[in-house]
Amino acid sequence: MKAYLTYFKLKFITGLQYRAAALAGISTQFFFGFVYIMVYFAFYKSGSGTLPMDMSSLTSYIWLNQAFYALITHFYKDNEIYNMIKTGNISYELIRPKNIFYMWYFKILGQRYSNVLLRSIPIIVVTILLPEPYNLSLPISFNAFILSIISLIIGSLLIIALSTLYPIITLLTMNEKGVVNIFVVIADLLSGIIVPIPFFPPILRKISIFLPFQYISDLPFRIYVGNINIHDGLIGLGIQFIWLFIIILIGYKLMNYNLKRVVVQGG
Amino acid sequence: MSFIEVRQISKTFKLAKKKSGLKEAFKSFFKREYKYIEAVSDISFSIEKGEIIGYIGPNGAGKSTTIKILSGILNPDRGECIIDGMTPWKDRKKFVKKIGVVFGQRSQLWWDIPTEDTFLLLKDIYDITDDDYQRNKKDLIERLNLEDIINIPVRQLSLGQRMRCEIAASLLHNPEILFLDEPTIGLDAVSKQLVRDFIKRLNKEKQTTIILTSHDTSDITALAKRIILIGKGKVLYDGNLRVLKSKYDTEKNISIKTKEKLVIKSKGIKTKKKTREGYDLVIDTNEISISELLNKISKKITIEDIDIENNSIDNLIVKLYEDYKI
Repeated sequence: MKAYLTYFKLKFITGLQYRAAALAGISTQFFFGFVYIMVYFAFYKSGSGTLPMDMSSLTSYIWLNQAFYALITHFYKDNEIYNMIKTGNISYELIRPKNIFYMWYFKILGQRYSNVLLRSIPIIVVTILLPEPYNLSLPISFNAFILSIISLIIGSLLIIALSTLYPIITLLTMNEKGVVNIFVVIADLLSGIIVPIPFFPPILRKISIFLPFQYISDLPFRIYVGNINIHDGLIGLGIQFIWLFIIILIGYKLMNYNLKRVVVQGG
Repeated sequence: MSFIEVRQISKTFKLAKKKSGLKEAFKSFFKREYKYIEAVSDISFSIEKGEIIGYIGPNGAGKSTTIKILSGILNPDRGECIIDGMTPWKDRKKFVKKIGVVFGQRSQLWWDIPTEDTFLLLKDIYDITDDDYQRNKKDLIERLNLEDIINIPVRQLSLGQRMRCEIAASLLHNPEILFLDEPTIGLDAVSKQLVRDFIKRLNKEKQTTIILTSHDTSDITALAKRIILIGKGKVLYDGNLRVLKSKYDTEKNISIKTKEKLVIKSKGIKTKKKTREGYDLVIDTNEISISELLNKISKKITIEDIDIENNSIDNLIVKLYEDYKI
């Protein structure tokens, strides 16, 4: 266990060095946040029919999405691992007396957490201070706040389990573009990062109930804004745990399966 | 039973055949053709504890494939391999604790951080105790001369410096077997010598079994007594380097510096050439020994200077390759 935590620590510390990248990320997130909010404003003012979220909840939801984007998006690549696969440095991973699935899991965990630490805090602080109706509101209640934090942590463990699957698939496909990229785009959409899940057409909403993606960030953020009540939130938490277990199991098995077939090419 | 026992290992790779050209590319979109390459076939050998083995062969002979199989990275299609009672690819986690591997063309050090931080990571990965870690680290720093470079981020190191750190990183956990896959690739003469001396001492003091592949034949001569030559995936020669040398390496070039005229006829002298400063002779040591020849020459003329050049092991290997038609 200690070795895995050391991987986490090393990646975390290394990730904190990239301050310029974080700054660029933050400005992108602000830009996207404002664009989304403007679009929904226009949408709400034209006001046709009933809308599934009130404007202030939606604004908060969008800002939370932007603040934690580095943590919750599928569109994230741990270049180190992909490079390792392409260059064959993975040889060195294979001669370590530890489980490679967990090695990668904790590497990605460290990287993601350091990325999000640098990006989320400034965005949250600034958006809370923004004038209404553009601001990130405070949580609906203390209980909802605590529950959403717990749920976000489990959600982040779930997205990292999913992120670990992609390099494992790449072990066989040799290239992370193609299959993985298509999957990543669909997964981001179904996570509610582009359009919040309450706005999905009914059929898509039904489908996404049976998928893990809405349990990454949609659940904690909707608990935060009060769109999901505590009772449903607790049920969601249970489902999150089940998905986390399933995805880790799949990754673990798939890694072992692929490792038997992997061929490190070249001298 | 020997420490390392390899029996009839074979591994075939499946390669997609791709011909050049648009038409062929289009065709291969619908129908792929594959070609099967036997990287190693029926390789067998055994190695005792504490040996240094030079594993040589031309490019694409199957050297790295063998190393990968022995270190548990690759599953062979057929064959058996028992190292210290374990099968590398089956008991992977337990087995790899006992081995250290240096892949000369790859890197295990983390690019962004100093070598010492990677060492700390390795300490946890291999569950090295604090005492062992401190002792080994101190030892390696001293012998590989890492004092000044261990705290510099790896990306700023030169190739030679990095390679020394790589070797140290592979030895922190005191492995019983060390695989060196071209450890001196791209190193200058001084670094090479340092690395060689280090490997020799390691083998002597800790009885580490070392399997070394290299295209630099001087590495092999400096380190290995026994060599295994493979070509096209088969073991062609397994035995003492000196025996091989005496069989193939019988020609010597002798340059003699003299102002006098030398007239000499003897069996064993293959060519004699007059140069500006004296004579160049090529002799066959099976027919005439060097001392015999020198004796004869010095009776006739005064030798100002003499230079005896060993036919380099490179030539020897070229001859070997020719002999075995690989």
